[in-house]
Amino acid sequence: MIELLWSIFDITLVLILLALAWTTCSTQDVMRAVTLFIAMGLLLAIVWARLKAPDLALAEAVIGAGISGALLLSAIRDYPSTSMVTHRSRLTEGIINSLTLALMILMSWAAWHGLNMSDGVRLSEQVNSQLPVSGVSNPVTAVLLNFRAYDTLLELAVVLTAVLTVLTLNEKRADHEASSPLLQGMTRWLVPLLVVTSGYLLWVGAHAPGGAFQAGAMLAAAMILLQLAYPSRRQAFNNHLLKILLVIGILTFMLVGLWMMSLNDDFLAFTPAWAGTLILIIEAAATVSIATALTLAYIGGRPIGWEGVGREDTHRTNRSIIENGGAE
Amino acid sequence: MTDTLAMLAIFSGLFFFFSGSIGLLRLPDLFSRLHALAKADNVGLALIALGVIILEPALINDIKIVIIWLLVMAASAISSHLVARHALRENRNDD
Repeated sequence: MIELLWSIFDITLVLILLALAWTTCSTQDVMRAVTLFIAMGLLLAIVWARLKAPDLALAEAVIGAGISGALLLSAIRDYPSTSMVTHRSRLTEGIINSLTLALMILMSWAAWHGLNMSDGVRLSEQVNSQLPVSGVSNPVTAVLLNFRAYDTLLELAVVLTAVLTVLTLNEKRADHEASSPLLQGMTRWLVPLLVVTSGYLLWVGAHAPGGAFQAGAMLAAAMILLQLAYPSRRQAFNNHLLKILLVIGILTFMLVGLWMMSLNDDFLAFTPAWAGTLILIIEAAATVSIATALTLAYIGGRPIGWEGVGREDTHRTNRSIIENGGAE
Repeated sequence: MTDTLAMLAIFSGLFFFFSGSIGLLRLPDLFSRLHALAKADNVGLALIALGVIILEPALINDIKIVIIWLLVMAASAISSHLVARHALRENRNDD
């Protein structure tokens, strides 16, 4: 009976997810598409939870629905009249559709084959057998920060590159209008809670669902909330600190990797006895960097005064020359 | 006994969610829809949280559920307020 109920629940969930995905892609209204996309992200988080992948559920809810939603909404604010009506020729449309179909068939086959392959080594068995030497007891963290640490390092590099591109393209977005005192009041309560939750997620990642990406996104959410509640505080950031925080994750990761290379002959080959501590250090630094990166992405460009000391100095010199000239 | 009590709470909570959704679909304008949604969500979630607390023996998890309920309640009240405020300003600009 209970199994039947769960099956009905699961099937309903998948059908709603598919319907949401379809409507998100087919609607003409950008605002509606974004709203539906956020709803789809939340539903997808429930699907991951049902698949017993709480790490992914957390990440999807915080990053997929939360931060991406905020990014998309602020993008709409920048270009309010953008329409989703595209003018593709019949041929292009046909090519896109058939390629998508081919990809779908290929992926379905891969999933089916992967699930039904009777012999061969399953990755989860390999991970679980090596778990005691990884330094952590959460298999997901063990894979991300130890066995496949190289991939995670590159993921951090991808995030950094994306944010550097954003910073290159734009100045910071125009501020929102003055916000409601009620929102400010809630923000004062919520931000400390978000900071504590972020620290908790970072710490708990060693033995339960959590980790640097979720913790970083949660911290970024706190920063976005602050931006929304107190838009008038223009100089909220210390740019020098911000630059250091942006790269500290990848820097720590690489330094630890090189240090381990000098001991164990392989880049990022952790000494098992220290692995737990090293992973925590890397994750703490990565959390800060991810939070900074996502916050900067939300701001949408360089904060005021970002250009750096050199440029400021030239300005100052020019100004002093002009002022001196005026005095003479 | 506890099971019956919990089920009673959860199903009355579901009833509130259900009527909130009907309100969202059927009511004529944004403000009355917001009203239906926010009220129904708060009471509905409170009743469901109560039901789950009755079923869950561990105190630490009960505290977590209460915190979640409080957070959702604050968030839903504030976001309703923000949506309504935005809509009011839009109307004023139209006039």
